[in-house]
Amino acid sequence: MKVGVVTFPGSLDDGDARRAVTIGGNEAVALWHGDDDLKGVDAVVLPGGFSYGDYLRCGAISRFAPVMSSVIAAAGSGMPVLGICNGFQILCESHLLPGALIRNDHRKFVCRDQRLRIERVDTPWTSSYAAGAEVTIVLKNGEGGFVADEPTLDRLEGEGLVVARYLDDNPNGSLRDIAGISNERGNVVGLMPHPEHAVEDLTGPGTDGLGFFTSLAAHVFA
Amino acid sequence: MARYVVDVMPKPEILDPQGKAVLGSLPRLGFAGVSDVRQGKRFEIELDGEPSDALLEEVRAMAEKLLSNPVIEDFEVHAPGEQA
Repeated sequence: MKVGVVTFPGSLDDGDARRAVTIGGNEAVALWHGDDDLKGVDAVVLPGGFSYGDYLRCGAISRFAPVMSSVIAAAGSGMPVLGICNGFQILCESHLLPGALIRNDHRKFVCRDQRLRIERVDTPWTSSYAAGAEVTIVLKNGEGGFVADEPTLDRLEGEGLVVARYLDDNPNGSLRDIAGISNERGNVVGLMPHPEHAVEDLTGPGTDGLGFFTSLAAHVFA
Repeated sequence: MARYVVDVMPKPEILDPQGKAVLGSLPRLGFAGVSDVRQGKRFEIELDGEPSDALLEEVRAMAEKLLSNPVIEDFEVHAPGEQA
């Protein structure tokens, strides 16, 4: 599959995301925030970083970048879209996912190897995992606290839309330990931790993140 | 020239870590008796033309679409020097 990785001004992890896409067995295609052409890709990754300097709110300005009008339209038609960290913030600002990400409750930037439980595995990004799989993936954020009102949180849990949950220690004050969520259809997934930094033994805590990038292929051939 | 002010504040039920940080600093500076601090944003917007209901609506639309996130923030629009 051709997987587009968008570069915004201030993106940091677009290079690692393209590398992870390649290691996962797919073809990485660089996409540019100022160009609404998705270049015929089959899926899109919105990478981590500080797009547009995180001015106003994280993801608030990126959400109106030309490429996002195409991504939002494609997501509505079922194209798989994965937002990692800043990408998750952009998906929330775009209203493709509910809730919002706010500053960590302890007010410090956190960077650590984080244990997670993968809870929803019928998405094109998580189908390589067994339901309930416990994995360790890099987490690094300053504004990673997931918040939403109680009815929204109840709906996310009731409809099984929580994709990943923090284990051991909640690193940022996210309500109900939520680390990642999906839309109803499952094609849009937002995740605060960084699976693209956990795809090779040499760099990172292991290869537990690889599943996010191999799932696409498995999904197509399933 | 029409001028409007948009005040954006975190919703009361949303944790405001920045406000908490300020709240924690005040007693150390000798300001006693401060029970809460909430930190928000103020936007001052200038538009061509005279103030009108239409321009006010325009600014309100800006506040809804870009300046605030309705999930976590409330906003108020008013003319400079006026209360919302």
